[in-house]
Amino acid sequence: MISVGHYLAVSAVLFTLGVLGIFINRKNIIVILMAIELILLAVNINLVAFSAALNDLVGQVFSMFVLTVAAGEAAIGLAILVIYFRGRGTIAVDDANRMKG
Amino acid sequence: MIQLIAFYLFATIVIASAAMVIFARNPVHSVMWLILAFFNAAGLMLLAGAEFIAMLLVIVYVGAVAVLFLFIVMMLNIDFAELRAGFVRYLPLGALVAVILAAELIFAVGAWNAGGVDLAARAAPVVTDKSNIEQLGELLYTKYIFLFEAAGLVLLVAMIGAIVLTHRERGGVRVQNVSAQTRRRPGDATRLVDPGSGQGVEL
Repeated sequence: MISVGHYLAVSAVLFTLGVLGIFINRKNIIVILMAIELILLAVNINLVAFSAALNDLVGQVFSMFVLTVAAGEAAIGLAILVIYFRGRGTIAVDDANRMKG
Repeated sequence: MIQLIAFYLFATIVIASAAMVIFARNPVHSVMWLILAFFNAAGLMLLAGAEFIAMLLVIVYVGAVAVLFLFIVMMLNIDFAELRAGFVRYLPLGALVAVILAAELIFAVGAWNAGGVDLAARAAPVVTDKSNIEQLGELLYTKYIFLFEAAGLVLLVAMIGAIVLTHRERGGVRVQNVSAQTRRRPGDATRLVDPGSGQGVEL
């Protein structure tokens, strides 16, 4: 039988993969944003699993709010990416030092 | 039995495609794997009984966010080979952090399974005679109405921010100026001259 532990294991692996993706794709900000989406997906799976296990709907409500924030974050992040690319012609973020002063 | 098979199928595909998202060479392929991961995560949530969140995941993530990613990747002309230069160099550090994180998460799950903390009373217990979306709607529009409106505000700010950031004023384009056209009077545009014989008109 599937328990909440199975769901937690899946979301833990997903979260870890997201963090690993941020570390190994340090230059490619598009993949970094996708890894952040994976992390938020893991959080959502966690919330839904606990909502089902505890018979409590609040987890699903907050999962919806996480979804909202994820959509807004993707929109703003990609807008910043577009203007960054327009100004520099590259999206390599490890030499982003324009605000260093 | 079939739900067991479905769970392991969805879980395997979601983890495999998440791994492909971060290891794929081409970001376009990454986005495709991301879409697959979202679909299978929606399947997992459907198995847990959260139908509305599952449909929302398909509509919002696959329909909007992933397509936005795809659009940006294809719109910007990026040299991706150059961006992968530090891949092997960062791999040990990233793997170390990932292993530590995974160990911590497994430890936390084990502690939770051991019954370490007693959680508070249910805030909104599930009742069985109503559908998932009906209960969610009742909760969302009564108890969490302010949070719901705040979420709408977040989306509004994100939309305005994205438009303001990427909007570009283009110089040197000729556009129709309607108010200037309707303001124009015959006196501004025409002139009555009375040229003398053999002199011509000075324009």
